[in-house]
Amino acid sequence: MSEKKAAPAPGDRVVIGLTFGNSNSSIAHTVDDKAEVIANEDGDRQIPTILSYVEGEEYYGQQAKNFLVRNPQNTVAYFRDFLGKDFKSIDPTHNHASAHPQEASGTVSFTIKDKEGEEADPSTLPVSEISARYLRRLVGSASDYLGKKVTSAVITIPTNFAEKQKAALVAAAGEADLEVLQLISEPVAAVLAYDARPEGEISDKIVVVADLGGTRSDVSVVASRGGMYTILATAHDYEFAGFALDKILMDHFAKEFLKKHGGKDPRDNARSLAKLKQESEATKKALSLGNNASFSVESLSEGVDFASTINRLRYETIARTVFEGFNRLVESVVKKAGLDVLDVDEVILSGGTSHTPRIAANLGYIFPKTTTILAPSTTPTAINPSELQTRGAALQASLIQEYEADDIDQSTHAAVTTVPHVNNAIGVVSLSESGEEVFIPIVQPETAVPARRTVHVAAPKDGGDVLVKIVEGNTHIKVTKPEPKANGDSKAAKVEDAADSDEDSDFSDDEEEEEEEKREKVWKIGSTLAEAAIRGVKKGGKVEVTINVNADLTVVVTTREIGAKGGVRGTISA
Amino acid sequence: MATVVALPLPALPSGWSADKDFKVVGKVTQDHATQRTIEPVGPHFLAHARRARHKRTFSEDDRIQAQERAKKVEENDDSDISEPEDPMMLQRDAKDWKSQDHYKVLGLSRYRYKATEEQIKRAHRKKVLKHHPDKKAAAGRVDDDNFFKCIQKATEVLLDPVTRRQFDSVDEEADVEPPTKKQLQKGNFYKLWGNVFKAEARFSKNHPVPSFGDDKSTKEDVENFYNFWYNFDSWRTFEYLDEDVPDDNENRDQKRHTERKNANARKKKKAEDNARLRKLLDDCSAGDERIKRFRQEANAAKNKKRLEKEAAEKKAAEEAQAKKEVEEKVAKEAEEKAKQDREAGKKAKEAAKNAVKKNKRVLRGSVKDANYFVSGDPSVATIDAVLGDVELIQAKIDPDEIAALAGKLNGLKVADEIKGAWQEEAKRLVLAGKVKESELKAFN
Ligand SMILES: Nc1ncnc2c1ncn2[C@@H]1O[C@H](COP(=O)(O)OP(=O)(O)OP(=O)(O)O)[C@@H](O)[C@H]1O
Repeated sequence: MSEKKAAPAPGDRVVIGLTFGNSNSSIAHTVDDKAEVIANEDGDRQIPTILSYVEGEEYYGQQAKNFLVRNPQNTVAYFRDFLGKDFKSIDPTHNHASAHPQEASGTVSFTIKDKEGEEADPSTLPVSEISARYLRRLVGSASDYLGKKVTSAVITIPTNFAEKQKAALVAAAGEADLEVLQLISEPVAAVLAYDARPEGEISDKIVVVADLGGTRSDVSVVASRGGMYTILATAHDYEFAGFALDKILMDHFAKEFLKKHGGKDPRDNARSLAKLKQESEATKKALSLGNNASFSVESLSEGVDFASTINRLRYETIARTVFEGFNRLVESVVKKAGLDVLDVDEVILSGGTSHTPRIAANLGYIFPKTTTILAPSTTPTAINPSELQTRGAALQASLIQEYEADDIDQSTHAAVTTVPHVNNAIGVVSLSESGEEVFIPIVQPETAVPARRTVHVAAPKDGGDVLVKIVEGNTHIKVTKPEPKANGDSKAAKVEDAADSDEDSDFSDDEEEEEEEKREKVWKIGSTLAEAAIRGVKKGGKVEVTINVNADLTVVVTTREIGAKGGVRGTISA
Repeated sequence: MATVVALPLPALPSGWSADKDFKVVGKVTQDHATQRTIEPVGPHFLAHARRARHKRTFSEDDRIQAQERAKKVEENDDSDISEPEDPMMLQRDAKDWKSQDHYKVLGLSRYRYKATEEQIKRAHRKKVLKHHPDKKAAAGRVDDDNFFKCIQKATEVLLDPVTRRQFDSVDEEADVEPPTKKQLQKGNFYKLWGNVFKAEARFSKNHPVPSFGDDKSTKEDVENFYNFWYNFDSWRTFEYLDEDVPDDNENRDQKRHTERKNANARKKKKAEDNARLRKLLDDCSAGDERIKRFRQEANAAKNKKRLEKEAAEKKAAEEAQAKKEVEEKVAKEAEEKAKQDREAGKKAKEAAKNAVKKNKRVLRGSVKDANYFVSGDPSVATIDAVLGDVELIQAKIDPDEIAALAGKLNGLKVADEIKGAWQEEAKRLVLAGKVKESELKAFN
């Protein structure tokens, strides 16, 4: 199998971006620097990561997924996370309705009949081989679409992919005759997809990427600083993900079926269960678009057909625990990053499950109004969450396709990517309307150095000599408690009441609705670093302040009146 | 692109000056920066990489060193949680999930209500990796998914905050029994009871929960503690112990009956729990030396005040009495003295009167002794003249002068000398303008 071909010369490459998920994969390329997701021969842009063999014939994607009902034992699904792992550290939970993973010659393998004929022996295939076969099909689809043999790809991976997993993925791609230009992390691919839009502007912002997939949810906090991205914290969750929502609908419809028809529980029979799962997922997706969805399965259990409907409200009620789990997950990562929800400028919802309107709405409640929730149901211009990662990968592929492989390796070397990030903001002091000193950030915390930032600040109304005071700044969260309601009764009296009544009654649960406290992020002026004077600024003039933080952490301040000659420049040593 | 800020810069303070109009005032804070990994993605990164590389070539060693410098974001998956598995537990039937110890099933016995959601998720994953039926099948055991189902059930209960609270409400393993008398005899009162309330605190709706403290706690802290706990607001509920409600396909009345029964049972258990906490507090406070001490101290303080007040009152009364006595004494003495003075004055006056009488006799006697300054029998006219002058002079001088004159005259025998003394006195009086020369008849 492995006739190792030499990597293609940069000029001969045909590149794509590729996302290889446990549930779905997708492929994209760029046209005039714009990413486009490729539909495969079945017309799918979300291609189920599934291979199935029927009488020696190989099927992949949606067709293979359909075989989960009739041919589960020769269908392999949910295997991406097994690449580069020992059998003892894989979670086979999602393989119960298809070929089961097993240990063979020290690697995770699947035993399936992939050859024609009743008598043909089943093959035991390591997960690397399964992956290679699947990737080959993806690449084939992309090549067919592009009319050229695809040679190379940028592939997205979770942030917690270990070196062994990366190596295994690169090897599997190699088996599929695909050069891996670079592995990039999924959340950053999603951020890049947004930043690369023509209307996207590069600013300093904190972005939360909630990648809610089929079998796992990965949440990251990313500091986006002048188009450079630093991951501050991550969490990986294997409990709250798309499958959990499927399961809720499966249980719901199974119970309804039993109530209506009695008989055997469709969840107790493998084939019935597969049908139940397939239709539940379809119903779930329909509920992302409409307020009602139907559920209909022929011969669900013991030959009995079943049809039903569900509305979105009902669905959101029964799925509440999962939806709330997403909220807690996102909150926990913000906290892990040492930040407050008020620090977050954008939440990018990525992954198939992010289509769910309730999830986006719920996140809207935990973040302040100033935070943009980028999901189809909250922001009309949002990019399809299922396509973000592939798009990001395609954009990156087009950026580096001209690089020699060595060059890419050296450019992405840890010695290049490991750099100091400033902990405190650096900025300038202005005056508020009431004449108080306020901090104007110029360089934000968590900015990688070297960095250069410029602001234009108004001079006093009448111009004249102006003070440019360079200071450090920090944020803190100011909490304003609502005014306690005027209450004539003394506290002591109330307390005694409670103590007396608790013998014969519950502590009352119906506490008065407390008014919410107000939380705001405020900048605090820290120590002064330097002062400069700009003299004779004309009426209505503006002053430009530029701060350069060098790699050695010295700070160079340059300031001048806009449109005037001269200016002041000074260095603050580290 | 520069950000535009509308809030104006301040005007330059008068007197501000610096070389080239720039002065460094401070230094950027220590710990100014953290080494982190930037993602090698996007056009801006590529620009950075071009600048950072400078045609240098980095080695594998450089990579390792750089990676070690960088702050880690991903944590190791197989961390903390490891707890030996009780073989009895592994035999459990998943059907009896209600009575299973969900924390123990997940290997979180040490954490219980303190386990974070992330810990539960990680513990679950760890157990799945080990106990998934496919792993058992690999080890030659087929169809062994009972404990796996226990794991799934435990996770389901503990990952839903509502059901987790219901379970935590009845998780006796997390209870800390109140200390027995015997235990308390060995000391450790604060630690033993402190642990009891630490465990009870898990049910609190309000946070932070004041801690029990120790013998050094202030009166205020101890009072806060008991106030908080005697007014404890608990979320503890007892529906976990509900009897199963029959499915709605069956008899509706029976269903309603069970529901009613459950509601009453919950209420009763809740009341019992409140009473239990009350008793706990009563028992604890009864043995709390701090309360006794504070009471004694308060009493002592009160007593001290009273005694002080009494002493002060007594002292004041004594002082008032003493003052009164002194005043009375002084008044009496003054009166006595005045009386004495009066009497002394009277005597002196009388003595003076007598002295004057005596002296006057001397004066008159002197002229008589001098035979009125004639030889032979004096005429009546002579006597008259001399005595007239004596009378005149006597009337014009005060008793002291009379005494002085008498002193002079006393002892004089010679008539001329006597007459000389008189003339001298007369002359003095004339000079003093008290007597006119013409009035004198004998001593002029
Ligand atoms: N429109 C939709 N509404 C709700 N859920 C959706 C929708 N489209 C896809 N999903 C769900 O998204 C999940 C798949 O997500 P995605 O395509 O991101 O997979 P993935 O990245 O391979 O996931 P993982 O690796 O976590 O298994 C499935 O559970 C699918 O049912």
